[in-house]
Parts: sequence; C-alpha cells; structure tokens
Amino acid sequence: MMISQFFVVSQRGDNIVFRDCKLPFFSLSRSHPLRFETYHRAEVPKGSTETFFRKVKFWKEDGNAEAPPIFNVDGVNYFHVKVVGLYFVATTRVNVSPSLVLELLQRIARVIKDYLGVLNEDSFRKNFVLVYELLDEVIDFGYVQTSSTEVLKSYVFNEPILIAPARLQPIDPAAIFTQGSKRMPGTAVTKSVVANDPGGRRREEIFVDIIEKISVTFSSSGYILTSEIDGTIQMKSYLSGNPEIRLALNEDLNIGRGGASVYDYRSSSGSGVILDDCNFHESVRLDSFDSDRTLSLVPPDGEFPVMNYRMTQEFKPPFHVNTLIEEAGRLKAEVIIKIRAEFPSDVVANTITIQMPLPNYTSRASFELELGAAGQKTDFKETSKMLEWSFKKASLESLSWFAIEHVIVGGAEHTLRAKLTFSQEFHGNITKEAGPVSMTFTIPMYNVSKLQVKYLQIAKNSSSQNPYRWVRYVTQANSYVARI
Amino acid sequence: MPPPAASSRYPSPSQPSGKSEVTDLKSQLRQLAGSRAPGVDDSKRDLFKKVISYMTIGIDVSSVFGEMVMCSATSDIVLKKMCYLYVGNYAKGNPDLSLLTINFLQRDCKDEDPMIRGLALRSLCSLRVPNLVEYLLGPLGSGLKDNNSYVRTIAVTGVLKLYHISASTCIDAEFPATLKSLMLHDSDAQVVANCLAALQEIWSLEASHSEEACREKESLLSKPLIYYFLNRIKEFNEWAQCLILELAVKYVPSDSNDIFDIMNLLEDRLQHANGAVVLATVKVFLQLTLSMTDVHQQVCAIVSVYERIKSPLLTLVSSGSPEQSYAILSHLHLLVVRAPFIFASDYKHFYCQYNEPSYVKKLKLEMLTAIANESNTYEIVTELCEYAANVDIEIARESIRAVGKIALQQYDVNAIVDRLLQFLEMEKDYVTAETLVLVKDLLRKHPQWSHDCISVVGGISSKNIQEPKAKAALIWMLGEYAQDMSDAPYILENLIENWEEEHSAEVRLHLLTAAMKCFFKRAPETQKALGIALAAGIADFHQDVHDRALFYYRVLQYDVHVAESVVSPPQQAVSAFADTQSSEIKDRIFDEFNSLSVIYQKPSYMFTDKEHRGPFEFSEELGSTSITPEVSSDIVPAQQFEANDKDLLLSTDEKDDNKGLSSNNCSAYTAPYESSNISSQMQELAISGPAASATTTQSSFDFDDLLGLGLSAAPAPTPSPPLLKLNPRASLDPRAFQQKWRQLPISLTQEYSVNPQGIAALTVPQSLIKHMQSHSIHCIASGGQSPNFKFFFFAQKEAEPSDYLTECIINSSSAKAQIKVKADDQSTSQAFATVFETALSKFGMP
Repeated sequence: MMISQFFVVSQRGDNIVFRDCKLPFFSLSRSHPLRFETYHRAEVPKGSTETFFRKVKFWKEDGNAEAPPIFNVDGVNYFHVKVVGLYFVATTRVNVSPSLVLELLQRIARVIKDYLGVLNEDSFRKNFVLVYELLDEVIDFGYVQTSSTEVLKSYVFNEPILIAPARLQPIDPAAIFTQGSKRMPGTAVTKSVVANDPGGRRREEIFVDIIEKISVTFSSSGYILTSEIDGTIQMKSYLSGNPEIRLALNEDLNIGRGGASVYDYRSSSGSGVILDDCNFHESVRLDSFDSDRTLSLVPPDGEFPVMNYRMTQEFKPPFHVNTLIEEAGRLKAEVIIKIRAEFPSDVVANTITIQMPLPNYTSRASFELELGAAGQKTDFKETSKMLEWSFKKASLESLSWFAIEHVIVGGAEHTLRAKLTFSQEFHGNITKEAGPVSMTFTIPMYNVSKLQVKYLQIAKNSSSQNPYRWVRYVTQANSYVARI
Repeated sequence: MPPPAASSRYPSPSQPSGKSEVTDLKSQLRQLAGSRAPGVDDSKRDLFKKVISYMTIGIDVSSVFGEMVMCSATSDIVLKKMCYLYVGNYAKGNPDLSLLTINFLQRDCKDEDPMIRGLALRSLCSLRVPNLVEYLLGPLGSGLKDNNSYVRTIAVTGVLKLYHISASTCIDAEFPATLKSLMLHDSDAQVVANCLAALQEIWSLEASHSEEACREKESLLSKPLIYYFLNRIKEFNEWAQCLILELAVKYVPSDSNDIFDIMNLLEDRLQHANGAVVLATVKVFLQLTLSMTDVHQQVCAIVSVYERIKSPLLTLVSSGSPEQSYAILSHLHLLVVRAPFIFASDYKHFYCQYNEPSYVKKLKLEMLTAIANESNTYEIVTELCEYAANVDIEIARESIRAVGKIALQQYDVNAIVDRLLQFLEMEKDYVTAETLVLVKDLLRKHPQWSHDCISVVGGISSKNIQEPKAKAALIWMLGEYAQDMSDAPYILENLIENWEEEHSAEVRLHLLTAAMKCFFKRAPETQKALGIALAAGIADFHQDVHDRALFYYRVLQYDVHVAESVVSPPQQAVSAFADTQSSEIKDRIFDEFNSLSVIYQKPSYMFTDKEHRGPFEFSEELGSTSITPEVSSDIVPAQQFEANDKDLLLSTDEKDDNKGLSSNNCSAYTAPYESSNISSQMQELAISGPAASATTTQSSFDFDDLLGLGLSAAPAPTPSPPLLKLNPRASLDPRAFQQKWRQLPISLTQEYSVNPQGIAALTVPQSLIKHMQSHSIHCIASGGQSPNFKFFFFAQKEAEPSDYLTECIINSSSAKAQIKVKADDQSTSQAFATVFETALSKFGMP
C-alpha cells in the first residue's frame, strides 16, 4: 500500500476534497469523514487535514520559512504541492519514493484541470462527484493506476460543469496568452479537454507552446555571472481521432556539450542551438530525431510537456538593468534604475515589475519618473523596505482608440530616480545594505534560445480537413537579478 | 448535466436533520424506480446527486437505501457509480443492508457491460465486512478470468484487498498462484503491474511465517523474471515502470555482462520527463555498480554513472515545480556529498536563485559547501558573500555558516578569513553574531590566524551582540587570546558586572572560564573580576554554573598551577570536528536512495515503524543483498569473518539508534582522538573484516581521461625494496586492536600528499582498503565521509609477531593524509611508515 490519503486544502485551511485510499468509499463513521461543506467548521473533526494545515501554516513560529513539501508528523509523512493556491496533499506511513508522490500530486492537479477547465474551489465544489470518480480511477488501494486524461476518458462518465471563465485567475504559463496580443485565442487555458463546446461540436485545434523561463544574474559591474534557460514545449490537443503529429525543430539543434564544462562560453560562435540536456514525454518517439530533429507522437488528450530542455549557452538577455546608488549627504541617498529593452521593436513585454530592497533604516522614498511615463507605478513598501516599480496596463482614457495592453516596446529605455531619506546615519558601504534589483516580466512571441518549431504536421488520416494549429512562444523571467 | 439547484447543494445549517427533505427524496425516488419514460435517467441523476451531497455533509440518508438500489437497475453508468458510492458508505454499519448490497453488487458483477462488472467488483471488495468474505470469492475468481482487461486490473487489486480483510481466505483460495500466472501471461500491462504489486505485498507479509512465500518472494528476483519485465518496460505506464525499477534494484546480477546488459536496457529511461522514473533508474544504476567485483572496473563504472546521471537530474531540477525540484535536489545533494569532485565544475548550478523557496536554498548552500575545492572556492565564497546581505535573514545566516564550513575544510583559508572579517564590518547584528561563532571555530582549528582575527574581533563592542552563541564565542576568544587583546580584562569585567542580566547559562559558563584564562595570563588586571565572577557563579541558581564556579574556586585554592594546567592547557589545534552523522548512517541513507530517507537525511528506521519500511525491509531480510558496500564488494570469501562482521554491524546500528536522538542537539566538539575514547570511536566505524588477499587486476582503464584532470600520470616511483618485510596473512581481531591502540604510545605522526588519482579512487573507500591489503597492510576499521575519511590499519612483521597500528585520516579536498603510527617495536616504525607511504602513493594508479 502506497498512499493512504489524498486531500485538497484551500489556502484558508478548508478541506475541499478528502479521499481515504485504503477505504475507497466514503466513510462517515471513521475519523475523517469527507467534507465539502465548510460552513460548519466546528463539525470538521480533528484529523490529518488539520494536522497538515497547522503544520504548514505555522512552520516556524515567526512564519518566515516556507514549509518543505515533505514532512513527517508522528510517523505520518505528508507530501504537498501548491497549485493555484490550493494544497494537493497525500499522506502515507510507508517509506515511498518522494518524487513519485509529488509527481503524482502534480499530475492529479493537471488531470482535474483537464476535466474542469479551471482549478479553483468553486469548480471543485460544482464537480465533486466527478473529482471522486477521477480519483477512484487514478488510485486504487493506494497504487497508481493511470494519470493520463486520455486513458481516464474511457472510465469516467460524469460530465464537467464548467464555471464561467470570467472569474478565472491566471494560473499557468499559458495563461498569459489571454492577456497578450490578439493574435491567438486564449481559450486553451480554460477549455475543458473533455467537455463539448456549447455549439455541440468540438473545434479541431492543437496548441503548441514554447515556454522559456530564463534566469540571469548580472554582477555589479554589469557582466553576466550565470544564465540559464529552462524551456518546455507544451502541447494541448483538441484533435479528434488521435492523428499522429510530427514536430520539427531547428536542424542545427545540438544536445550535450561533450566533456566541456557547461559554463564554458567558448562555443558561442553561432553554431546553432545547443541544449545542455533535455527529456521527453513518454508518448514521444525519437526514431528520426537524430537525423532530422523531428519528434513524432500521437498526442494524448490533455495538456502535457512534449519536451523539457535546459540550456546554458550564452544568449542575449532581453533587458539590461543599470543601477546606481549615490550618497547625498548624511541622511540621504539617490537610487537610479535604468532598464533597456534589448529586443526588436515589434516585440513587446508585459507584466513587468522591478523590485529592490532598500537599507533597513530607510524611512521615506520619493520617486521621479521620466516624462510621459503613463502606466508606470512606483511604491515604497514601508514594512519590508522594498522599492517597487511596475508597468501596469495603460488606462483606456489615455489611449482611447487603441487598447495597448503591453508596456515595454523593444528598444525602449526607462529610468526611475528615487530619493531616499534615512532615519539614521549610514556607515560603511551602502551598496551592501541595498539590492539586488530583481525583475519579473513576460515577453509573448519571443524566445531567447532561438529554438523553434519549424513545422507542425498532422497526419492525413485526421477526420477534420484543416485543424487550427497554434504555435506560440513566450519568455518569462524566472530569476532575473542585477547586483549592485 | 444541469447543476442542481443551489439550495440542494448547500443546505443551510438551520436544517441539520433534513428529515423532510429525505422523506421527499424517498417518495420521488420511488416514483422514478419503475418508470421507463424517456429522460428518466436524467431526473434520477439529479436525485442521486442530491442524496450524495446530503451524505457528504453528514445528513443520514440511509432510509432511502431500498429506493436507491431499485433505481439502480439501469445501464446508466453515472447512476451506477453514484449508487455504489452510496451503498459503500451505508453497507458497513448496517448488517441488513450489507447483505442486500452484496446481492446487488454480485448481480452487477455479472452485467454484460465490462465497466459495470469492474466497478461493482471494486465496490464489493472495498466493503470490508469480514464475516462476508466468502461472497467475494466467486466474483473475484471470475473477475480474474474476465475477458476485459479493466475488470482484470480491478480483480487483481481486489485480491490484495481480500488479503488485507482475511489473509487466510485469500491464501486458501490460491489467489496468489493465479496472480502469478496472470503476471507471466496476461497481455495487458496494467494487469501485469497490479499483479506484481499485489504479489510483492502479499509474499512479503507472508514470508515471516511461510517458507513457501519466502521462496516465492525470492523468485520475483530471478534473472528470467527481471529480464521479462525490463525487456518490455516501455509497454508499462510510467508509474508501473517505477514499480518494475524498484524490483530491479533488488536483483543481484550474476556477472558484469549482466550488469552492462541491464544498464543498456535502461539507459533511455534517464531521458524520461517523470522524475520518479529517472530516480528509480538512477538507483538501479547505483546498485548495479556496487555489485561489481573488480575494483578498477567498479571505480570506473561509478564515475561514469555519476557523470551520466548528472545532466538528467539537473534538467529535472529546473523543469519541475519547486516541490519536485526539491525532491530531486535532495538526491543530488546526497550524490554531491558522496562524490564532490565529480560535481566540482558544476558549482554554478547550485547557486541560489532569487525567488526560490528557502527549503531549496538551504539544500543548495549545503551542496556548495560540499563541492568547494581548490579550484572553485574563490567563486563559491564570492557568491556566498552576496547572500550574506540577503533579505531572507535565515538564508543570510546559512550562507555565512557555509563560508565558515568551507574555511574549516580547506587548508588555504587566507582569502576566506578576509571575507569573514569583512562580514564583521557590515554591522548587521545577525551577520556579526554568525561570524563570531565561525571565527571561534576557525581559530580552534587554525590558531595561526589568531593575529588577524583578534585585531578585528577586538574592535567589536560586546553590547551589540545579543545572541548567546555569539556572545559565548566572543567571550571564549577574550579568554583564549587575552594576551593579544589589550582591553580583554576590562571587557570581561564589564560583562561580569552585568552577571545578573545575563540570561543564558551558556554565556555565564563561558564567562567563568574566560575569566580564569584571562587571570592566568594577566593576573593583576583580572583578579578583581575573577573574584566577582566566582562569587556570582557560586551563588548562581543554575546547577552547572554553580558547580563550575565551585570547582574553579577549589582548584585555585588547592594550587594555582594545577588550576592553570586544567583550565588553560597549552593550545592544541583541533584537527577534525566531531561529525554529527556516522558513515554507517550515511551508507544506510545511500542504500535507501529514492525514498524519504534521503529527504529527511535519516535512515528509515529512525522515522518509520518496521511494518511500513516499504521495500527496505525486503532487502534487510534477504541479507545477501548489500546492506553496506563492505559486504557485497568483498571479493574474498572470508566466510569465517562474515558472521562476525554482521554482528558488529548490527551492534553498531543499535548504538546509532540511541545516538541519533542525542546527536541532534549535540554541538560539542571533541578533542583530537585520544586513547581514552578510542573504543567508542571504533564502534562507530564500520569494521570490515580483514580479507586475506586481493589481487587487483591490471586494467587498461585510464582515469585521467575520464575525469578530465589533464594530468599526465605521474611516473610510478620505483620503490626501493622495502627494508621491512610484512606478513601478508597477518591477523588481529578488533578487540586486540583496540586494546593495543589504547596501550601503545604514538611513535610517529606524519602527513603525506595523496595523488589526484588516489583521491578520485577514494570515491569507493573500499578500494583503498583492498589496495593497502595488496601491500600487506590490513584495514580493521574505516569510516568518515567526504572530505574526511578515516582508516585504522594494522600490519605484522613477516618474521616475528610484532604489530604496527596506524590511524590514517585522508582529506580528499586537500589531498592530504595524516597518519599516526603505534608499534610494538618502536625502532622500526619509521621503516614501516616508509612502506606505508610507498603503498599509499601507488593508490589509484592503474
């Protein structure tokens, strides 16, 4: 027996789903009755859900450190992953493989999302019978049976009750496509893989997203200390008849760097895209990958990563950040942050936030933005001593005829000046007390690795004549830090 | 399906009984039961849903049982499923209903729709009514023979459920035998996987009282069966693959061809996107290399396995959610600590990212500490210093501690000391506090730095330091280096005057000792302060403080010189700090790779009860599979020693059990190994049997190329024929060794360099033991983990029974070996040391 219990807990500690895997049926007489109704909190008996939540909530008395994903309380091991603010939890007394359980929890979340379209407390409540039906097929007596939406489809019969996408919060990387440009439909994010469209007919379409998360650390003198791209080619198919798909990548794609150290930048002479390493979904066949860099697969239903890759080859960071701190008298200093977008002008970045911790004894900060800086917001968070500079959506009034949702156009440069006032004299080096500057952003239709899907071929036997194919690129900051 | 009305989904708390609703539902259900009107199933679904939602919120709806069952005479699977949910819940508590339910489910087990057959069977097996198990036998038997694979998968798990309800019924019905034949012949991969899971569980539990089950359990590990699974591993889904890989881990390969065959079969599993599959594969690889018999081949294989698995694991770390990364990173951590040099050039992968959760950052800091060596220390320490200013104070502290640990494990600490001293200039309370503790440890190990450190430490005002640990460290330095710090007596005096306000007993204890030490160096200036301290100490309510003060007072009264030799003996550098975890425990954790042991950094017996130890109880019972590498990698059939070995290993375990509890809060240091506590140290070390002879085959394997060290193999020094002839078949039992070690004085202490090939080969400490054995120097005990390894060797003169005992500590990051020799015949100990050095210098050479 592997897993004893599975449950989902909200951020407030409400128990949303509870399943005892050893006793696959509801059991009200046991100490852990299943609860959906969370209004009568007093009725919820003390049990593993409470133990778990208390432990996570008060991991340290000061609440500073995050609870690790795995911990042991009185011989019971609790595993959890956090997905859109919900804790997916499994418990067991057995010394199991930790990766297996965490991977499973992540997979359960994905399967439920494939069915419900949206993951939140509301969609869970509306579909609880369906969720239990799914869980019964995924885990039987603590052993994992399957986690593939494709396979589950033939065992699961309840139909999802979809909730209005209006109430949805962005939850996964692909969600940015809904806020981004008009070039692509955002439905893939919220559309259930199994439910039919209101019209009764399913739209034949397939989404291939190339999502790259980049991590860059700049030294105080501005050169790159470390850089890495963690990419995923994610697929979501709504094609009927399970046709085979061929996905061609760059022909000059290389994998592995032989014996050389991965941080050896000598090979950056433009000799194609070099991945350090990659892995593939189990449905992917690599028969012709070595010869022509083509992946072939019959995509199962549901969302899944076709390929994950990692790259430390040098690339051009999309933003250049320049920070200056100048002392101005004994109780004052000035911070100047300059950012320059290093990508083509037909590309735009959005949801940009820049943060910088200021010295502990900073009491006030006043900001000065450049002229015409519509849509920029500055803030000094008193308690955390954090400077924040964000580029929010431009208001509609100022751009009445054209709803620009993005905010930094390629090639643009923006500057922020902040005057700091200190409550005490600083001694020593002020740069040791402040920084580093960190940045988050999303750049749709842009990827830094230059890895491309050259073509996406759907085999002829597909029932529909011409399905929609969406190939979308996006670059996101994972850890983008400039030291000062 | 339209959503049910809001009122029915969320009944308000004002109607807890819902009696009228239930009566209402009952009549509605009754109406629908016989109806065959179109659309009746939809109305039924709505009603069923209502019933279930009542049930989940605790309203008793058992009174509609009959109606529910009647309504379920339908082919609508959604209705059936809801009905099973319902009956499963009420059948158990009510014997009348149970019988009714069983009849109803038994009927459905014969339905023409395989889906209904399967679901009914699953529900039936999950009822758990012990006195009704005989009703399960029929449906289970036919379920196992069903022509639909869905029904068969459920039936197989059903057998396991039956076993847990009533083991004897399950065994008597000979279900395990049926499962075994299904496992070997069924065409459906999931059926096969479930059979494997069920049989493993059943036979493991049965094995304790049935020899047959024991045999069956071992038959799962037979070569044909393992290959049967591994050859078709791709037909299984990823979860079943994990199950198979876990089985393969326990397989003992017959020869090296066998090992390479399996590795080749599983090579592509390392590219799987599922971390669980990759880690399970890694474990198979690691276990396989442990069972290699040829030392050189083994070292080669281990190094290449590490090199091979590095990249996939790093990719998994960066591609998954933080939680998944954490699980993978914990395993990388284990590997990094075991073989730091293999990861030495990958240090940048373990730099912390700005937004990572602290549990990930902590692991990364530990890894950076482990892989710091001469080539990368500068970069790593520079990076760590950046974190010291981190917003997250806990991480900032950890980073400073990491810098300190690196300083302690390196010989060239010059640059690091500068950095540490810079921390003190940052004037952040917690940074200063952490740094003080480190400077203290550093000075204990490298007293030669006292001059630089003391000048900076002297400038710190004790008022700014609140944390007891830091305060204690500062006070220790004030006492120890009173002669170098001009105002030491006055700072101490100040602190002593505030005795009453000092809450920490630890600080007060240190204050007493420091005042004493200061007194011996600068008596006139300290006399008054010492008097106050002793008086306050004797009046202290804390027992330890009181006792220490009284002891100091009395020993001073007795003789000041004796007091000085007790409290302030000549300084002695601490060569190695006591480790919190013994190598035995570390090896245990390594054997339990891909389990929670790695996450908790504890072997499973420390956090689970025996029945839940999972796959590991399996390997313990088998005994023949390796508990520690020592047992499996012994080439020589030293049977007479084996029993002895195991006893020793076992007794070590028990000891560790107790030790594990106390070691957590034990931050005390031990002095360099003194003869008085040698026996306890010996017990902590795994005692390896003195194997008779080991001829290392000359392999053509070239280590340099593999490691990319770029060093040309140093020409083997042509040894002058050793003056001393050693007995190749010497023997000494551990107890005699301990006794001798205690009695004899150290006749020689020396330090040698170890060549890089030797350090590389030290990944497998056993290889050194075998190597030395070929030079007639036998190992009696070994332990430690990277970078510090410790060995006890003995040798005997060829002609006469005269023994040489050697303690050898090898630090793999500094490539130095320190040896202490004790000998019966002290005049020849230098000759022996020469033999030892010659032997050691050839270690790792092909």
